[in-house]
Amino acid sequence: MAGPTTPRNLSAVSAPGRDGIGASPPRPDGILKVKGDFAYASDLWHEDMLWGTTLRSPHARARIRSVDVSAALALPGVYAVLTHEDIPGSKFYGLEIADQPVLAIDEVRFHGEPIAIVAADHPETARRAVARIVVDYDVSPAIGPVEALDPERYGHVHAPADYKAHASGNIVHSQHVHHGDGDSAEVRARADVIVRGEYEVGMQDQAFLGPESGLAVPAEDGGIDLYIATQWLHVDRQQMCPVLALPPEKVRLTLAGVGGAFGGREDISMQVHACLLAQYTGKPVKIVYNREESFFGHVHRHPATMVFEHGATRDGRLVFVRAEIVLDGGAYASSSPAVVGNAASLGIGPYVIPNASIDATAVYTNNPPCGAMRGFGAVQMCFGYESQMDRLAAELGMDPVKLRRLNAMEQGSVLPTGQVVDAPAPVAELLRRVEAMPLPAAAYRRTGDGVDLRELPGGVSNSTHGEGVVRGIGYGVGIKNVGFSEGFDDYSTARVRLEVINGAPVALVHTAMAEVGQGGVTVHAQIVRTELGVDLVTIAPADTRVGSAGSTSASRQTYMTGGAVKSAAEAVRGTVLARGRRRHGWTPDLVAGLRLVDGKVVDRADAVVADLVDLLGDEPVDETVEFRHRPTQAFDRLTGQGFGHVQYTFCAHRAVVDVDVELGLVKVVELAAAQDVGKAMNPLAVLGQIHGGSTQGLGLAVMEEIVVAEGRVRNPSFTDYLIPTILDTPPMPVDVLELADPHAPYGLRGAGEAPTLSATPAIVAAIRAATGLALNRVPVRPEHLTGI
Amino acid sequence: MEFLRPATWEEALAVKAQHPSAVPIAGGTDVMVELNFDRRRPDALVDLNRIRELHEWRIEDDDTVRLGASVPYARIIEALHDRLPGLSLGARTVGSPQIRNRGSVGGNLGGASPAGDAHPPLLASGATVEAASVRGTRLIPIDDFYLGVKRNALEPDELIRAVHIPSATGPQQFAKIGTRNAMVIAVCSFAVALHPHTRDVRTGIGSAAPTPRRAREAEEFIRAELDESGLWTSGGELPRAAARRFGELVAGAAAPIDDVRGSAAYRRHALAVLARRTLLWTWNDHRATGRAAA
Repeated sequence: MAGPTTPRNLSAVSAPGRDGIGASPPRPDGILKVKGDFAYASDLWHEDMLWGTTLRSPHARARIRSVDVSAALALPGVYAVLTHEDIPGSKFYGLEIADQPVLAIDEVRFHGEPIAIVAADHPETARRAVARIVVDYDVSPAIGPVEALDPERYGHVHAPADYKAHASGNIVHSQHVHHGDGDSAEVRARADVIVRGEYEVGMQDQAFLGPESGLAVPAEDGGIDLYIATQWLHVDRQQMCPVLALPPEKVRLTLAGVGGAFGGREDISMQVHACLLAQYTGKPVKIVYNREESFFGHVHRHPATMVFEHGATRDGRLVFVRAEIVLDGGAYASSSPAVVGNAASLGIGPYVIPNASIDATAVYTNNPPCGAMRGFGAVQMCFGYESQMDRLAAELGMDPVKLRRLNAMEQGSVLPTGQVVDAPAPVAELLRRVEAMPLPAAAYRRTGDGVDLRELPGGVSNSTHGEGVVRGIGYGVGIKNVGFSEGFDDYSTARVRLEVINGAPVALVHTAMAEVGQGGVTVHAQIVRTELGVDLVTIAPADTRVGSAGSTSASRQTYMTGGAVKSAAEAVRGTVLARGRRRHGWTPDLVAGLRLVDGKVVDRADAVVADLVDLLGDEPVDETVEFRHRPTQAFDRLTGQGFGHVQYTFCAHRAVVDVDVELGLVKVVELAAAQDVGKAMNPLAVLGQIHGGSTQGLGLAVMEEIVVAEGRVRNPSFTDYLIPTILDTPPMPVDVLELADPHAPYGLRGAGEAPTLSATPAIVAAIRAATGLALNRVPVRPEHLTGI
Repeated sequence: MEFLRPATWEEALAVKAQHPSAVPIAGGTDVMVELNFDRRRPDALVDLNRIRELHEWRIEDDDTVRLGASVPYARIIEALHDRLPGLSLGARTVGSPQIRNRGSVGGNLGGASPAGDAHPPLLASGATVEAASVRGTRLIPIDDFYLGVKRNALEPDELIRAVHIPSATGPQQFAKIGTRNAMVIAVCSFAVALHPHTRDVRTGIGSAAPTPRRAREAEEFIRAELDESGLWTSGGELPRAAARRFGELVAGAAAPIDDVRGSAAYRRHALAVLARRTLLWTWNDHRATGRAAA
């Protein structure tokens, strides 16, 4: 069998004259991945390379009395055993707050925390060496999210002297949002009905299929070249340089094949460990986590407990919302502060509510660290506020979709943060569209003498032939921000080069954007074809030789790095046309109307005025541009007011489920979505994002949870952490709206996250409709549905 | 770790006698997971894949299926669904298509996990395990095979050669609970087989006790119920109360635990429901077949 390969002929995917923006050229990695031929980071290999392995804590909270590595070092084939004492530079890292030890220092704060790393000439040797390291622990009871709020009694996850976040106690970050008159007694008196609900969201995992992996190669200049599966090359480097005590130019990163991310690769995992081992041994070091270690190797989605009160008039107008949210941040900060900001600012959903009082807090606990995951703080809230909308509709005796549409925000609406929504916000229209879609056929189909088990709850497990099966329908809609918020200097860099190769104009795009499966490389080529009128576009490998592209997260890459590629292509076009002006004496008026089409320069009347190949000659045009979205502001710490977000994105879902009410098993029959994407740059990729996001939301609704008991992870495997199979994934009709956002490149709107929000509450609403149960927690388990 | 590859069954027995701690491997769907997750580091593996006969099955004179230990689940579903409907239903719920192409009943028996999907149908069918060593061959009734969590009646020098499963003489069912609709390990499972010629009903419970086990009280209850009401003769409808009582007795026969996959209470509840439903399916099938024959 042939070994894994990298995508070749990247330019060959385009047909001449086609495949610009709005088309759906195939992704270059698609067929390779389906056939198993794609080279992932775990396939990396280097001559003489060593294998790195990590010793992790079996305890959630313990003092380390001693670490004895002598037996590990004595094992033949072992080149290095490192602890925190061997780190040349800073011993901490972190995305927002550098509070996480590279290797544990005198204590461990979560189950799975790295304590020591080993390099050996064989992975089995490295594993055996790890097993020979003797650690003497003094174990303490783990601090959970409830205990965390009472540090006087239960203690501190980070001792006050070591505390690095901005708050105190066990609080990582908190944000209050006060809107109108909040939930004052006077406001409450204006509401005819008030519904209160407490909700809980379990710990979801990104469950990307390609585990953490990378290869660190020491270079002759004393630096390191790291080949790595990540979401953001430059921020990895920014965190690693102080640890390695190396300047940025000596830590060079190249993106290796990424097998999914969903936020789980935004924090560094094995990056710095591999580099430390390579630096120490002078040899290339590869680290690959296995599936179990992967569950310990990256952050998860924050579990949340949420208390909501919604007040409304009898005719269904929302009067106020009060929300109190506690997010379990786990042992280290990761991106908890930004997650809190999202939860607080997006916490009432896509509705116009004149008064709101929202408190969101993330706490340090001895649970696994939580950080970025698709939907980033907005997912948890959407389950809460959408559950409340259904509860309120029931209380008012009103249709739940009608209630939502009545209160839906629109362009010009004011958010609780005071921000005016200055782009289309078709919330009511999305709900109308998803409700108007035809419903799937009634119940399962009886086929002759039997039933098709695959259409029933339980599937081929053969647990029902129709007994106990009840259908339910539910709706959900959500709001997600796009791009980095709260005043962050969010930018992307792109370099575009245009030159003649073999008599044809060829463009090269070079960015540091991490292609994690979202399809960015396909879209970049489409943008360049549209802007420069060329067919042949080559995408250079993503690395740190070009400026930062920011993270592949927050639904931002098509907007941001796509925007940068567009700007760089425009700069290239400007240079090309300036060359024509100089050479041919074109008037400014003529130049203003010129475009590049099919390798020609054409005027307003589509007449050819020059050939691109002639204009370029043997002088390539090469432009690098930094692209920024309009600036945002930090939220005021006391009131939550501020122009905090760049762009909003909306998706609505209708879920149809069949529930075996006796066994508590669920089959999602259909999950219909309507989403506004501003501009579908690649309609097929947009569908893929909506299908994928919806499915991840389905997972959270009915199966996906990392079960943690007293700080210990109980299901770190795909045997017991269940993600949807194709049989769990229903038909997903999608209605895509394209209402341009005037502030964004091509009017586009980030598309990847919004569907993850509303799928979950829509499915749970449908299960509630089938069972009549309250269901205040996701994922919904059979025990919840059977009351056992 | 030694990797031993006997070419014949006799060689395999000799190897196992020499290396009693060696772990047999065929499809590898369990063993490889344990190796990869570093849960098991045996001194030696005995690769049984070169032994052709383990991949074969035949029908004996008494209509018993002699199923080679390595016959993959996919083959059982394809070729034996008529003769072994209970086992085929169980096989259909094993893992993914790839796992069903490799995994086999011999592996399920060797591993003896209480969650193995083959166990309940084997119990309900009254199967016999053919174990062999250089000392000779033993036929172990399935009822005596499971001794504890992941422990079976094999001696250290023994290998499973085949399992003898009587061809179905009446309807059989298998049902399991998992929290997704495919490719899921059993939270609990249940099999029932009607044996009209002996007017017997046999059961098997999976993933709800330290070992797979029969629900003997439930079997006795339904046997008596069918006898006393003359239903075997009349082919009449099974009273729902009887099916319900059968379910309760099945639940009572289980000894489940609370774990990450489900609570003990839910397992009991689900077993009662599955037992009631599957009994009614089999009885209704039996009635339909009877009418068709008449």
